Amino acid sequence: MALDSKIPKGPIKDKWTDYKNHINLVNPANKRHIDVIVVGTGLAGGSASATLAELGYNVKAFAYQDSPRRAHSIAAQGGINAAKNYQGDGDSTYRLFYDTVKGGDYRSREANVYRLAEVSANIIDQCVAQGVPFARDYGGLLDNRSFGGVLVSRTFYAKGQTGQQLLLGAYSAMNRQIARGKIEMFNRHEMLDVVVVDGKARGIIARNLVTGEIERHSAHAVVIASGGYGNVYFLSTNAMGSNVTAGWKVHKKGAYFANPCYTQIHPTCIPRSGDYQSKLTLMSESLRNDGRIWVPKNLDDVKAIREGSKKPTELTEDQRDYYLERRYPAFGNLVPRDVASRAAKERCDAGYGVNATGEAVYLDFAASFERYGKEQAKIQNISNPSEAKIKELGQEIVKAKYGNLFQMYEKIVDENPYETPMMIYPAVHYTMGGVWVDYNLMTTIPGCYAIGEANFSDHGANRLGASALMQGLADGYFVLPYTIGDYLADDIRTGKISTESSEFEAAEKEVTERIEFFINNEGTHSVDYYHKKLGKIMWDKCGMSRNAEGLEIAIEEISALRKDFWQHVNVPGTSTEYNEQLAKAGRVADFLELGELFAKDALVREESAGGHFREEHQTEDGEAKRIKEFQFVSAWEYKGEPKDAVLHKEELAYENIEVKERSYK
Amino acid sequence: MNLTLKIWRQVDAKDKGKMVDYKVTEISGSMSFLEMMDVLNEQLVNAGEQPVAFDHDCREGICGMCSMYINGEAHGPDRGVTTCQLHMRMFKDGDTITIEPWRAGAFPVVKDLVVDRSAFDRIQHAGGYISVNTSGNTQDANAIPISKQAADTAMDAATCIGCGACVATCKNSSAMLFVGAKVSQYALLPQGQVEAADRVRNMVAQMDLEGFGNCTNTGACEVECPKGISLDNIARMNRELMKASI
Repeated sequence: MALDSKIPKGPIKDKWTDYKNHINLVNPANKRHIDVIVVGTGLAGGSASATLAELGYNVKAFAYQDSPRRAHSIAAQGGINAAKNYQGDGDSTYRLFYDTVKGGDYRSREANVYRLAEVSANIIDQCVAQGVPFARDYGGLLDNRSFGGVLVSRTFYAKGQTGQQLLLGAYSAMNRQIARGKIEMFNRHEMLDVVVVDGKARGIIARNLVTGEIERHSAHAVVIASGGYGNVYFLSTNAMGSNVTAGWKVHKKGAYFANPCYTQIHPTCIPRSGDYQSKLTLMSESLRNDGRIWVPKNLDDVKAIREGSKKPTELTEDQRDYYLERRYPAFGNLVPRDVASRAAKERCDAGYGVNATGEAVYLDFAASFERYGKEQAKIQNISNPSEAKIKELGQEIVKAKYGNLFQMYEKIVDENPYETPMMIYPAVHYTMGGVWVDYNLMTTIPGCYAIGEANFSDHGANRLGASALMQGLADGYFVLPYTIGDYLADDIRTGKISTESSEFEAAEKEVTERIEFFINNEGTHSVDYYHKKLGKIMWDKCGMSRNAEGLEIAIEEISALRKDFWQHVNVPGTSTEYNEQLAKAGRVADFLELGELFAKDALVREESAGGHFREEHQTEDGEAKRIKEFQFVSAWEYKGEPKDAVLHKEELAYENIEVKERSYK
Repeated sequence: MNLTLKIWRQVDAKDKGKMVDYKVTEISGSMSFLEMMDVLNEQLVNAGEQPVAFDHDCREGICGMCSMYINGEAHGPDRGVTTCQLHMRMFKDGDTITIEPWRAGAFPVVKDLVVDRSAFDRIQHAGGYISVNTSGNTQDANAIPISKQAADTAMDAATCIGCGACVATCKNSSAMLFVGAKVSQYALLPQGQVEAADRVRNMVAQMDLEGFGNCTNTGACEVECPKGISLDNIARMNRELMKASI
């Protein structure tokens, strides 16, 4: 099947408006007869469920957690971008569009990104109306901060808990519809397959995670909003339950999977401390507004620090290498995430890592304490303040901005970051790849949509900070509700979809058989045993930098590991009870397939772009080198084993932005 | 360190349940409490036994999923953290640690340490929202200035993660800190004024219906709350309820 991205004709700034003017609408009386399933209740799924229900559709929403409010969007800290230009610093829809396309290393679809930038301002209006308590200045107006890869302040925030507040906003909008009976909420349920009838997505098979019951749910359209697949690495900043299963199941039923190798490794995470570790903790990128990143200039100092005979605070300025400021004077510590992460890896690989494992760099706030302290001393009219007083005043300001992050760091690492610099190292955080969608956010299965992190569409090969929340809410509140109507307009006479069809029967049988296999398999290794092994292969060979040789080995290793898994996995308990191991077995089984496709995608993409860094393709000073022939989206069609997947290319055209060397120098 | 764990095991809601002793060895101080539980569960799975069921997800203290009552305290002995952020360095070699689920009539046990907190959701359904359409046709976000103080206080209330530690801690199993936080967030913002009276009436009515107890101003909830939600929110809710009743 040829890929049709269905981008509307016309100038980019008019595309979305023209599109909305010409789509089919469903009249309110007919919406009452149309059902929509939404899988996932994060920012994308939650906002989509609420808006679709408000429009009049009957929504069934599914979450594996015990409440929609717990989806992992809640953990996003730093903020949400919007082209409001409240700061009057030259921001505009075009500039947000430009920054996002450039930040994505020219591997995203122009029309989608422009639409995202266009609706971004609406999101802020919407959220304020819902009672989201964004940070404000003393005049009572909304405050902004700056994020990596941009030269304006367009990020709105609610302390270090912006994701939480936005999700609670979407959750509250859902609650209003749940109370009206327009959303039927299925908590502690997991989607285990999509049901395709006559070529259209018409329902799902779900498992009740408390009772183990397998359920059939029908609808006129199915929306996948299940987030990203960073947990293929075992260790990531994702929640423990985050998984690829919903996206992978639709892939296996005909939806193409795009750019699986585009993964974001976030630069400011707490370094790992031991083998028992279950997840990595991210600290907001906003810390880079005020923190300076460095490692010692001399290896002797590195050694002394690792041995504990020297403290980082004892090193003078000229003994420190502020490598981001050195390499990227224009953007300094605020270069995009992929650039910052690779630069940290480069220093650590060269032996300058500052913790016992050699995988950590410093994030230092001392300069900010001093700068803010002096400013405060002036404001408070303190003449000749002592150094200690300046530091104290400065720390108060930093505490007000990032207090919860400092507290979190101290709890985990057991060091006081007000007194000694933080140690950070990159960790897997977000996946730009995902289910392929057209301009309508529809997958290659008619009637099956993918929104938020679950799709691939807006961030290209690298996502800018504070853009995930923007995309999730844009898709859910403002884009999908239009595009899905255009499709559902043909379904007003269809009537209720029966769950008694042979298609539902077959899908349920497949799901049940797989569960019975896990329970009855007398294996020797736990599910985590396999997940950890997979994670290690992924991190070592498909991590921050990749090469052909490593990727080929990874493909073989993952394939062998998957075979071993299906022979020797041990799942305790029964299928008719709350059984977390059983749920996890299914998720890891899907990760074991995705992982191989991921490596294959990385192998085929013989260029470096954004988060995908191929060692064979770099400039003389170690920057990512894009190659013109790879200016396309890789969309993979399922054909059984991952090795048999077929590549389809969506060529990317840049008509409104000149494709340039991406420089932050 | 080596530890003895006394853990509540209960097959399902109907089961009577009992405490069972387990031993774990070589626990490092930099492990989180849940990573220690992972070690135990891996041990149990490898021995062919049923692992201990417990709720958890984000493991960074924000989703509100984890819910263990450790040595008689919700989220254990540390302050201002959830169970997933509690680190084993808070314990000593040879310690015996008692681990129970949240105990409250309105939070029935699902299995072992997992409880059903859907009562919290139903209270939110009753009024935990502002009735604004999500169409995007709202006025500009800066049209109504909100004082920094009001915005900050609303934010402090809004940081509640809905974990239920307040209920588990309260001798009356009261949910007033949770409900008070939500009522306060909206009561402090101009957008929340229009429906303020109905909201507080409906949410309190649902709270009573779910079987949560009353507040007797002990203040234990505030102490154990991982997000430091203040008792002031309960006072504000009571004021709002009074205003709504006049």
